[in-house]
Amino acid sequence: MGAQMTDTEYTKPLPVIDPGSKPFWDAAREHRLLIPRCNACGKFHFYPREFCPHCYSGDLEWTEASGNGEIYSFTIARMPAGPVFAPDVPYVIAMVALDEGPRMLSNLVVTDVEAVRIGDRVAVHFDDVTADVTLPKFKVIAAL
Amino acid sequence: MAREAVIVGVGDVLLESGKVVGGGSVLQVQARAAKAALDDARISMGDVDGLLVAGMWGVPGPGQLPTVTLGEYLGIHPRFADSTNIGGSAFEAHVAHAAMAIERGYCDVALIVYGSTQKSERSRTLGGRPSILTMQFENIWGIPQPVGGYALAAMRHMHEFGTTQEQLAEIAVATRKWASLNPAATKRDLITIEDVMRSLPVSDPLKLLDCCLVTDGAGAVVMTSAENAKAHGSRPIHVRGFGEAHTHWSIAAMPDLARHTAAAMSGKAAFEMAGIGHDAIDLVECYDSFTITVLMTLEALGFCKRGEGGAFVAGQRTAPGGAFPMNTNGGGLSYCHPGMYGIFLLVEAVRQLRGEAGERQVAGVKTALVHGTGGTLSSGSTVILANH
Repeated sequence: MGAQMTDTEYTKPLPVIDPGSKPFWDAAREHRLLIPRCNACGKFHFYPREFCPHCYSGDLEWTEASGNGEIYSFTIARMPAGPVFAPDVPYVIAMVALDEGPRMLSNLVVTDVEAVRIGDRVAVHFDDVTADVTLPKFKVIAAL
Repeated sequence: MAREAVIVGVGDVLLESGKVVGGGSVLQVQARAAKAALDDARISMGDVDGLLVAGMWGVPGPGQLPTVTLGEYLGIHPRFADSTNIGGSAFEAHVAHAAMAIERGYCDVALIVYGSTQKSERSRTLGGRPSILTMQFENIWGIPQPVGGYALAAMRHMHEFGTTQEQLAEIAVATRKWASLNPAATKRDLITIEDVMRSLPVSDPLKLLDCCLVTDGAGAVVMTSAENAKAHGSRPIHVRGFGEAHTHWSIAAMPDLARHTAAAMSGKAAFEMAGIGHDAIDLVECYDSFTITVLMTLEALGFCKRGEGGAFVAGQRTAPGGAFPMNTNGGGLSYCHPGMYGIFLLVEAVRQLRGEAGERQVAGVKTALVHGTGGTLSSGSTVILANH
């Protein structure tokens, strides 16, 4: 996983980008993890909403996150989510708790899926899967 | 006091190897289940003036307006309709909504219907949800759906509380014992904890025997007022309490992965309305899409403390002869699971409350709790039923 591929090779589902999510995906293409922060309550949230899901304020600001966090939970897919993921089995889907607070679902880029543990420290690892789309995946930087 | 709403009829269709006997379209099988429930209630189709339907059939297309399409197909013109879809728990919510509608006089006879021919059509896959809107942040990672979300919850529950895979397996083993007593169940051969542990890994820590079946199926429930039930000579089952809630669909938005928050909310509301405690419940029919669903639901409903679900289900406590009879038809794990299972929890609870459950009948059932879970531990709806 993590190898760069061209448009013609990438057959897995891609995000259907909409006006609400475009700033996130535009930043990801520049290898920046941009998430909304609420100026009223100070909390971050993800995925991006029109109003803060914590305090319902509309005073939101796109803010660059550290890209660091820890594994809150994970699963190892032993069966693929459809045939396009079959070559990757076994692969790790992780729920990462970002240091800024929100949780993100992503893939872990790892060589040994069996070594993954809840609590492992992770850092974002951008994967340019097509010319237009970069997926923010994560790598373990410190095992628990 | 307004009118009291009661359940007067239940129906389903027979399955063979998980497929509807005699085949049929998804509309045909729903019509058959509806007719069976109405016959059971001794009420005719023409008297139905409330229709409640949730499903995954016919989308895009006629299934986008499921009550409208099914009403047309059945030849009825309802004056009350509800197509609330909060996942497999929708039908417990439908009972609540129908009860309120009947009590307020918005309808006299409510018909709740579900059907699916997913097994015959081979339409079920682990992937394939479109990556639009909220799912653009979930579907792209190849999470097997819906098992992957439940696997994430199970992993977190194991991490926080030391729950083991063997404890989860206890649920699958006990549920299969109930299925072995139900001639209509799809999987009836007894299994052991070791069988579950050795079954095909799907999405860690969940294995094939932690997962519900993929079958066809159709079921229906008929409700009316207590006085109308009396007039038709049908035997009423009373709705003592209900509650519903939902918290998220995207698994990353679940408030706490080790806690079934929606079930905690719906259960609390249902117990409060019924005005009874847990010791008054004789039987539990609990949505079992996966073994972890059951364990987290029992904790959320307050049958055991948070984190103690593993110990609670140990020693085959929920099996026939155990202290806590649960999922007595064999559940979604072994009886059938046609995509949205909640209607069958109601059908079985009513049969048990009437003493019609044959070899699997639990003695002395007076009060039953039915709990549906939908989405990815997203929604909960709880109904407390009684035969007195």
